[in-house]
Amino acid sequence: MGDKTMSADEVVSRLQSGMTLGIGGWGSRRKPMTLVRALLRTDITDLTVVSYGGPDVGMLAAAGRVRKLVTAFVTLDSIPLEPHYRAARERAGFELTEVDEGMFLSGLRAAAHRLPFLPVRAGLGSDVMRINPHLKTVTSPYEDAETLVAMPALRMDAALIHMSRADRLGNGQYLGPDPYFDDLFCAAADAAYVSCEQIVDTAELTKAAPPQSLLLKRLAVTGVVEAPNGAHFTSCAPDYDRDEEFQRLYATTPWPEFAERFLGPDEEAYRAAVRKWRKEQAR
Amino acid sequence: MSTSETNTPGMNTSETHAPGTAGARAPLPPPTRAEYCVIACAEAWRGAGEILASPMGLIPSLGARLARLTFAPDLLLTDGEALLVGPDGTPEGWLPYRQHLELVAGGRRHVMMGASQIDRYGNQNISCIGDWSHPRRQLLGMRGAPLNTLNNPTSYWIPRHSRRVFVEQVDVVCGVGYDRAAGLGGAARFHALGRVVSDLGAFDFATPDHSMRLASLHPGVSVEQVREATGFALTVPDEVSRTREPEEAELRLIREVLDPAGARMREVPEAARG
Repeated sequence: MGDKTMSADEVVSRLQSGMTLGIGGWGSRRKPMTLVRALLRTDITDLTVVSYGGPDVGMLAAAGRVRKLVTAFVTLDSIPLEPHYRAARERAGFELTEVDEGMFLSGLRAAAHRLPFLPVRAGLGSDVMRINPHLKTVTSPYEDAETLVAMPALRMDAALIHMSRADRLGNGQYLGPDPYFDDLFCAAADAAYVSCEQIVDTAELTKAAPPQSLLLKRLAVTGVVEAPNGAHFTSCAPDYDRDEEFQRLYATTPWPEFAERFLGPDEEAYRAAVRKWRKEQAR
Repeated sequence: MSTSETNTPGMNTSETHAPGTAGARAPLPPPTRAEYCVIACAEAWRGAGEILASPMGLIPSLGARLARLTFAPDLLLTDGEALLVGPDGTPEGWLPYRQHLELVAGGRRHVMMGASQIDRYGNQNISCIGDWSHPRRQLLGMRGAPLNTLNNPTSYWIPRHSRRVFVEQVDVVCGVGYDRAAGLGGAARFHALGRVVSDLGAFDFATPDHSMRLASLHPGVSVEQVREATGFALTVPDEVSRTREPEEAELRLIREVLDPAGARMREVPEAARG
């Protein structure tokens, strides 16, 4: 069994411009922000991003890396509207496939199950159908003959995920209250890269937590990155809550200024910049 | 309108935690507009039975919890994240997002969402303002509105009733209205809009063509004021009801148990409306 540990830079070295990239988490919750920051340090662009969107989308959109976004929303949760995403949308900065939350889930499932589509009721009658002319309906072959939306599979080249713990083999564990959809992102992608708060021995995974917290199976994971605080500034319960003050700073600072100050040559530079900012705040 | 206001756990909580209320109680100050809004939201869940109440926003949340503590004791409520919780916060179940989405598809739920725009047939927009392909103002996005409206009863809460919200035609249809649902046949068989509650009154779709109707005015509001603030022709019945008075026990619950800090007054300020 192979050791899959790698650095965040190694992960992004395997990605290319033009790829379809899934990003796990939800809104401003357990987003693989270390991996997103590593991506921002490359010149990879022209991405199709598939995400229940939060600051991951905001940052990539602000940096002009997104050709097309597939989402149901983009939010910072405690700040309902993601300002950088908003600005990018209002200057028509990229293509958008906007679907419903449940349709998005069906798209992930279809991809994970290697199906071309799954039927869903959501979307009918709404403008989801108008703004996505590529979406088709499907009619039940049974007596009901009900017409439903055929949600196409959301297949991805790669998925980026952040977990609470993982072993070196790629078994991934969440310790918070919600798995979100991270296992589906991994199953729906050709390659899945998982950052985690801590890499532990396999035996440690079930010492303090029940086996059902083991969300990711190693057969669906390509690479494992140890990234403590790797979801910052989104939440990663129970290890830490969202960094609300820093998120406010992110939301109120013009992107070039934020990027200049916090996106240095590596993740350590980010941490140092956050520490410095925090010290200034404490004064 | 009578509620089972005695012997519920919430009432007991109120009795034990409210200071200085052992003997005869001082008369309560009259209900505020925000409190009428809470009552009008709570009424959305009357008779709902053992389903999930999904209030979005503060006043709907107070309404759902008030209903749970009084006339709708079988309602399920979440902590806003992944847990189902009792009125005192005790977890009674697990509802992570994916199960929540599945529960919506199963229909045992009544959601109260917000709306940046809503039209006379109940089409709702939270996606963006202007042309979708190049929006003037980007908002939240579709979120779960298409899923909600085709699968379980859906109500709306609008804290500031105005022509900018109550429009002739929404820019993007996220939540599906009655005119749209009518064309869908069997796929729309679970479509049901409950009520629209605003700071001026409560509205429903109990008209022959399911266009919006004034169901009740909050005390202090006139029909003229509502018409003025509504951008489409609203059906107004010959005899307009008033939003019901909160029971004394309900007022105490709102003020002493559910929202002692008075956050509701920030959502619906008392002086904002004439």
